[in-house]
Amino acid sequence: MSTEQLTEVEMITVVIDGFEVTVPKGTLVIRAAEKLGIQIPRFCDHPLLSPAGACRQCLVDIEINGRAFPKPQASCTIPVEPGMIVKTQLTSPVADKAQKGVMELLLINHPLDCPVCDKGGECPLQNQAMSNGRPTSRYEGVKRTYDKPVAISSQVLLDRERCVLCARCTRFSEEIAGDPFITLNERGALQQVGIYEDKPFESYFSGNTVQICPVGALTGTSYRFRARPFDLVSVDSACEHCASGCAMRTDIRRGKTLRRLAGDDASVNAEWNCDKGRWAFKYLITRERVATPMVRGSDGELHEASWPEALAAAAAGLKSKRAGVLVGGRTTREDAYGYSKFARVSLGTNDIDFRARPHSDEETSFLSSIALGLSTTYSDLDKADHVVLVEFEPEEESPIVFLRLYKQVRKRAIHISTTAPRISRGNHKLTAVRTSLSSVSGLTAKSVIILGERAAETGGTISAAVALAASTGAKLAWIPRRAGERGALESGAFPSLLPGGRPVSDASARVDVASAWGVSHLPQNPGRSTSEILQGLNTPDGLEAVVIGGVDPADISADALSQLLNTFVVSLEVSHSAITAIADVILPVAAVVEKQGTFVDWQGHARGFEKAIDDAQTRSDVRILSMLADELGAPINLPSVSATAREIQSLGTWDGARAAFEKTSAGSAPRTEGTTAMLHSWRLLLDLGTLQEGEANLAGTARTARAHISASRAAALGVKNDDRVRVSSERGSLTLPAVIVDISDDCVWVPRNSLNSQVIPALGFSSGVVTVVKA
Amino acid sequence: MTQLTPVLSAHWDEADSFTIEGYQRHGGYKALEKALSMQPDEVIQLVKDSGLRGRGGAGFPTGMKWGFIPQGDNKEHYLVVNADESEPGTCKDMPLLMANPHVLIEGMIIASYAIRANYAFVYVRGEVAHVVRRVQKAIEDAYKAGLLGKNILGKGFDLELVIHIGAGAYICGEETALLDSLEGFRGQPRLRPPFPAIAGLYARPTVVNNVESIASVPAIIANGVEWFQAMGTEKSKGFTLYSLSGHVTNPGQFEAPLGITLRELLELAGGVRAGHQIKFWTPGGSSTPLFTAEHLDVPLDYEGVAAAGSMLGTKALQIFDETTCVVRAALRWSEFYKHESCGKCTPCREGTWWLVQMLHDLEAGKGTEEDLTKLLDLCDNIAGRSFCALADGAVAPIISSLKYFRDEYLAHQRNGGCPFDPIASTTFATVGA
Repeated sequence: MSTEQLTEVEMITVVIDGFEVTVPKGTLVIRAAEKLGIQIPRFCDHPLLSPAGACRQCLVDIEINGRAFPKPQASCTIPVEPGMIVKTQLTSPVADKAQKGVMELLLINHPLDCPVCDKGGECPLQNQAMSNGRPTSRYEGVKRTYDKPVAISSQVLLDRERCVLCARCTRFSEEIAGDPFITLNERGALQQVGIYEDKPFESYFSGNTVQICPVGALTGTSYRFRARPFDLVSVDSACEHCASGCAMRTDIRRGKTLRRLAGDDASVNAEWNCDKGRWAFKYLITRERVATPMVRGSDGELHEASWPEALAAAAAGLKSKRAGVLVGGRTTREDAYGYSKFARVSLGTNDIDFRARPHSDEETSFLSSIALGLSTTYSDLDKADHVVLVEFEPEEESPIVFLRLYKQVRKRAIHISTTAPRISRGNHKLTAVRTSLSSVSGLTAKSVIILGERAAETGGTISAAVALAASTGAKLAWIPRRAGERGALESGAFPSLLPGGRPVSDASARVDVASAWGVSHLPQNPGRSTSEILQGLNTPDGLEAVVIGGVDPADISADALSQLLNTFVVSLEVSHSAITAIADVILPVAAVVEKQGTFVDWQGHARGFEKAIDDAQTRSDVRILSMLADELGAPINLPSVSATAREIQSLGTWDGARAAFEKTSAGSAPRTEGTTAMLHSWRLLLDLGTLQEGEANLAGTARTARAHISASRAAALGVKNDDRVRVSSERGSLTLPAVIVDISDDCVWVPRNSLNSQVIPALGFSSGVVTVVKA
Repeated sequence: MTQLTPVLSAHWDEADSFTIEGYQRHGGYKALEKALSMQPDEVIQLVKDSGLRGRGGAGFPTGMKWGFIPQGDNKEHYLVVNADESEPGTCKDMPLLMANPHVLIEGMIIASYAIRANYAFVYVRGEVAHVVRRVQKAIEDAYKAGLLGKNILGKGFDLELVIHIGAGAYICGEETALLDSLEGFRGQPRLRPPFPAIAGLYARPTVVNNVESIASVPAIIANGVEWFQAMGTEKSKGFTLYSLSGHVTNPGQFEAPLGITLRELLELAGGVRAGHQIKFWTPGGSSTPLFTAEHLDVPLDYEGVAAAGSMLGTKALQIFDETTCVVRAALRWSEFYKHESCGKCTPCREGTWWLVQMLHDLEAGKGTEEDLTKLLDLCDNIAGRSFCALADGAVAPIISSLKYFRDEYLAHQRNGGCPFDPIASTTFATVGA
C-alpha cells in the first residue's frame, strides 16, 4: 500500500436533524445530510462541480458550538465543522419557510409547459416543487417570456424561460470540459445562458449539459418532443464507440433506442460521456439493415436465402478453400472469442486479425508481448506527474481519457507532452507541449506513456516508447480507438495469440486451449495480419476465402476492397456496407442494443452490458459462427453469449511466458523539401465514421476539415487562412481550405476521415510524403 | 452643538484643490513621508489604534482588515479601492475625487506600503467620466513627482497604481463582484470563503477599501491617533462625509464627526425645504431602512443608527418631506434594485422582479390589505436568503416604509390610486410646493 493511501482522512462528526453523522473533513453539509438519507432540495448543487450557492434552494439553519448563524445558510457551500448542528427543512421551520419561499420564487417565471417539456416526469424542479414547494402559487404578475428555442448548437436547444439559472451547464463546460462556449449573459431576471456571437456551443461534451440541466431549459435537438420519460425502459449499457469504457444508459421505447445517457461510474466516466457516445446511435436505422441471410447466385446477384441455405453456401465456400478471418475492432469480447475459436477450430488457421486500420509487425510484436501485461488504469492517470501522449489525441480518440487528464491539469497542473506535430485544441486545453520520445525528460515512476493505435504507423515509435518506459520506470498504456480492440486481443482474434493471451507459438498454450476446446490440436503456423491476409489474396500461397465481421475496407487501405474482389467472402453484418456489396454470403447479426456482451476498455476492465431491446430477433455473431461451425462439421459449441462468457471465464488467462518484444529501429524520416511535406492525420471525434451515420444534428458540430500548415510553408506557397490548398500523392489529392498554425514546417495535417478529407481513399496512405500546393 | 470638521473637504473651495500643487500647499504627501519612515506594521498598528472604520457602509475596522493580509507569504498583495459609488443618494466619493484626488492617492500609497502591496487599483464607476479624468491626471502627476512608480521618495518602496473604469453595474460595488469585474469577468459576487484577504484579486491576498476610508488615512498619519479619536463617539471615531440630498435647503456634503444627528445637520444645511416638514429619510442610502421625524436625534454613528433599527451605511441622507408618496418612493427604489440585481441567486433575481410588480399594483391602488401581508412575507423570503447583501438592501425601504406608513399603503387602496400629487414632491415644483 502506498503512503498516500495510508494518509488518514480527518473525520468530523456533526448533528443533522438530531442524528449524528461522521464524514471526512471538507464534506459539504448537503452531502453529509445525504449520508443520513436526508434530502435537502437543490438545483445548482452538483457533486462534481464547484459549489455555486446560486439557487439558494438548499438553505438550512446551522449553529457551530452554540453560535447560530443569524440567517439560513446554503448547505451546498458550507463544509462540516466540529460542533456543527444542522437543522434542515425537516426540523427547522425557518429553513422550511426559506426553502418554500425560494421554490415559489423559482416558479414565478417558470412556464407551466410541463406536459410538453422533455423533462416533464424526470424533472428535479417538478419533483422538488411537489416535495418542498407551496401547494399553490401566489404570483399574479407577468411571467418572463423569450423567443424559443434558441439553437446554441445544432444539437442543443435552449428554452430560456424554463431556465432556473443554476449555472450547472456553464460550470460543467468550463470546469469539466474546458469549453467555456456558453456563459450567463444579461442580469437580474433577464439573465440567461447564451453563446458568444457567431460561436456555437461546439463542445464534444455538450450533451452532458442537457443531462445535468435540472429543468427542461437545455434539450437535445434529436430527442426533443420524442418521448415521455415514463414511456421509456432504461437499460444499463456500455458505450460501443471507443475504448474509454463509459457506463451508459440506453432508453428504449417499443424496440427503438430513443436516447442514450451517460451512466455513473466513478472509476471511469464519473457521470459524463462525449456527444458521440450520447447521440450517435442512429446508424442502426440509417442504412438498410441486413434482414435475412443472402447468397450470391449464379447470376452474380445477391438473393435472400433461408438460414440453412445460407449456412450451407457459406460452409461450402469455406470448406474447400484456405480461409482467414477479419474481425474488425468493434466486436464484443464474446463475439471476438467466437471468431477466434472459429478460425482455429473450424477453419484450422491462425490467419485472424481484429485490426481494421493501418498496423505493423512492430505493433503485432508489441500486442503479442507487452500489451496484455499492461495494468495502467485511470487511477494511474489521476496520480500521474507527467503524461506523454504518443500518437494519441485524447479528446478526439478517447474523450474520457481527456476529461480525466483535464481534471488533473486543472487541479495539479501536471505535465502533458505530445508527439503530435501540432497542438490540437484538446491538447491546448491540456497545456500539452510538443516533444519527441528521444527528447522527453523528467519522467518518473509516476509518469504514464500512452501509446495510441497510430503509433503503429511510424516504425520505431512503439519500440522507443517501450524503451523509454523501461528506462524511466514510467507506466505504459495502450489506448486503441475502437471499443472492441482490447477485448479482441484478449480473445485471441489475433494471428499470434490464442484466447487469454496464450502465445500461438507456445506448444503448451496450444495444448491447453485444444484440450479445453475438445479438439486434438490447434494450428501452429503463425497467422497472418490483416494486411498480409489482404495482400495474400489471389496469390498462389495466399488465402482464397475470408470471413469478415464489421470492417470498413477504407479504414485499412485504399486497395483493401479491390483485393477482396474475386475472393469468397462471408460477411457477418448488421447493415449493408461496402463488404456486403461484394460478399458471397451475408449473415445478419445483432447490433449492440440487440445483444448482450462485454467490451473491454483500454484498462483491460470488462464492461458488460445486457440486451437493451428485449424482443430483438437478431443473434450475436458468436451464435451465427457457432451455427456455421456446425455446418462445417467442426463445431465450436458456443450457442449463446452467456455460454461464451462462461467458457472465457473458465479458460482464464495465460500465466506463462509471453513472447519477447522485438524492437524495431526507427527508419530515417523521409526528406521533405519545397512543396513536399510529411502527411500527418488522425480521426476527429466527429467525422464520417460509420457509427455516426444518420445523426445530422451531431454532425453539425463536427469540425470543418482544414489543411494545417505552418506560417513559413504558407508564406512560401503564398497562402492565407482559408485559401484552398491541394494535398496530393501519386494516387490522388485532397483540396481543403488552409489554416496556418504552429506546426512543424515539414508537416501538413489533415483530418483522416472527415467530410472532404478522407485520407486513405484519396491519398492511398495515412502517413507519408505528399505535396502541398496552392489550389 | 456639533460643529463641522472639514478635513477631507477642507480645501474644496480652492480653485486648484484637485491639483498636486494645491494639495501639497496644505501639507499634501507629508503624511506619506512620515509613513514611509515607519515600519509597515507600525502603520497598520497606528490605523488600528485610531479606530478608523470602513466608510463604505459596513464599518469594518480598517486597520484590522489590513492586518488580515498574511505577511511573508511570498505572494503578491493588492490594494483595491472601491470607487464604484452607486448607492442611491450616496454622493461623497465622487465629489471627493473631483475636488481632491491626491488625498486618495496618498492614502493608497500608505496603505499599500502597510500591507506590502506593489500594485494598487482604483475601480471607478464608469458613468463619471469627469472624475475618471481627474483621477487619471492626478495619478500622472503623482508619477511625475516620484510619488508612484519605483523607489518612492527614495525610500525603496515601489507601487504601480492602476485606474479601472467599471461598466455601470451597482453589483460591482460589492467587493467580490468588483474583483471579478476588475479581473475582466462579469461582475457577480464570489463565494466566501475564501475572503479577499486570503484570495482576492487574481487569487492573491487583497485589501478592498472604500475611497473615503483610504483618504482618511493621511490625516490620521499626519495628526496622530489622539487627534482622530478626539472626534466621533466611543466606538465610531473620527470625521466623515455626510451627503444630504432631497428636500433640503442646501444639499451637499457635510464633513462632521461621527455621531452628529440629522437635526444638527439639517440646521447646518438650512433645514428642510422651506414650508415643509420632514416625513422620512434614509440614514445611509436606499439600502438602509427608512427613518422618520422621530429619529432626528439619533446619533449618526455605527452603533446609534443600528440601535434605532437601521444602518449608517454610506451616510447618504436623503430627505423627503410630506409631499412625497412613500409607496412611490419604495417602488422607484425597487425598480432600481430589479434593474441592478446581478441575477446570480434566486431570491434577489426573482424577488425584485416580483416586488416591482406588486408595488406597481399597490401604487395604482389595486389589491387588498392581504396583499400587504403577502408583500411582507415576500420580503421575508428575500431578506437574508440571497447570495449577497443586495437583496437585503432591496427590501429595506419596503419593510421600513410599511412599518411607519402602513396606512399610506392602505390609503392608495381606499383612494383607488395614489393620493399624492407627484409634481408637488419635485424640487422644482411651484404648484403645491
